[in-house]
Amino acid sequence: MKAPKPTRPGGYVPRDRTWQPAALTPAYKTSVKRSPQSALLSFPTTPSEETGPVFGHHMLGALDNDLLHNYAAAGESAIGPRIIVRGRVLDEFARPVPGALIEVWQANAGGRYRHKKESYLAALDPNFGGCGRVIAGDAGGYEFRTVQPGPYPWPNGMNDWRPAHIHFSVFGAGFAQRLITQMYFEGDPLIWRCPIVGALPCREAVETLIAPLDMNGTVPFDALCYRFDIVLRGRRQTMFENRREGL
Amino acid sequence: MAQKLDYLKETPSQTAGPYVHIGCTSNFIGVQGVYDRDLGSEMKTGPVKGQEITITGRVIDGTGTALRDVLVEIWQADAGGLHNSPQETRGKADANFTGWGRCPGHPETGEFRFDTVKPGRVPFGDGRMQAPHVTFWIVARGINIGLHTRMYFADEDAANADDPILSRIEHRNRVATLLASRDGDAAYRFDIVLQGEDETVFFDM
Ligand SMILES: [Fe+2]
Repeated sequence: MKAPKPTRPGGYVPRDRTWQPAALTPAYKTSVKRSPQSALLSFPTTPSEETGPVFGHHMLGALDNDLLHNYAAAGESAIGPRIIVRGRVLDEFARPVPGALIEVWQANAGGRYRHKKESYLAALDPNFGGCGRVIAGDAGGYEFRTVQPGPYPWPNGMNDWRPAHIHFSVFGAGFAQRLITQMYFEGDPLIWRCPIVGALPCREAVETLIAPLDMNGTVPFDALCYRFDIVLRGRRQTMFENRREGL
Repeated sequence: MAQKLDYLKETPSQTAGPYVHIGCTSNFIGVQGVYDRDLGSEMKTGPVKGQEITITGRVIDGTGTALRDVLVEIWQADAGGLHNSPQETRGKADANFTGWGRCPGHPETGEFRFDTVKPGRVPFGDGRMQAPHVTFWIVARGINIGLHTRMYFADEDAANADDPILSRIEHRNRVATLLASRDGDAAYRFDIVLQGEDETVFFDM
């Protein structure tokens, strides 16, 4: 009798396109001319999608995950409500994704970005750059420290405001997991008025992007904590190879 | 009622927006001093194996206008068909080639450019070999979820003809949207069209 075969990684499970936003969401006007109209081509993942670039902890600077200080002059700090954002990166099978690179960017506490194309009249904070990054640990955990960003108006309708948010770019183990998203804050009334949030197909999907206040993670007399878990696509583990016998 | 499946739902995507550069190419946009260099700006960290090539192109919207606020990433095998990744199971890739590049569109022209190597062939799940290709991932303001596609090489007729993914494309006249044309000795041109007559084939990935 043959010994049982060990499990080995299979392909990534397909993305649930009914859960993800459609390309065309007319209330978000820029999507109208930037959305493909043809059906997407589906195929099982190959090594080109199952592999991905590797980012080591050695590439991180000491202040990379501290937006309060990574752009500030010596002895100074960014202005605004001090917060810690922490969570875990998991896959759809609830397995941690250690080594996931998370890059974040955000407006300052007044809702202003440090960017050439930004024209909102709110003031720049000379001590706030607005970017940070962190690599998830062995259990998929990550955290960074920043100021709570402000909401800001944007040209779409005549009076559209973005809810306060932090942008996240995430690399998992395979390029098939590549994801960019935004984190919102519990209780913000602008969330449900936003056409970009409204690109999501259902309320449940929106709720997975809203970080709750986490008093247990809060550092007393220092910083509030918001918790934000991230779920990347899962990869099957299988004893069965996807090829015919004898090949 | 059946038993409940306890899988988690993938985090939903949201647009990268107009300020993606702050987080992903901060030096390029003028947020200096936080990171020493922009990730993905160099794909070669020393002498590389195989043919060195450049890939240039633009991402074009449904009106024919190039996106100037686009961010393009590529991921590919080395000249021997191996990926520089812990997930690579078939061998050890060229240590001087990262395989991953990231480039913002030029602020005036929208053009992107990658200095890379021509990739070798990578197997499909059933063991057949795929034609040489480079994976592209495109994000920008107005794109709700990153667009995934591949660039193949127009001068690889025989390999392209047998490629398991190219052969799945029902409308054969659209295959050409994935072919980069040769634009000089070791230079390839690959324009990506988001919408309309020449719309690029995008992947459910
Ligand atoms: Fe934003």
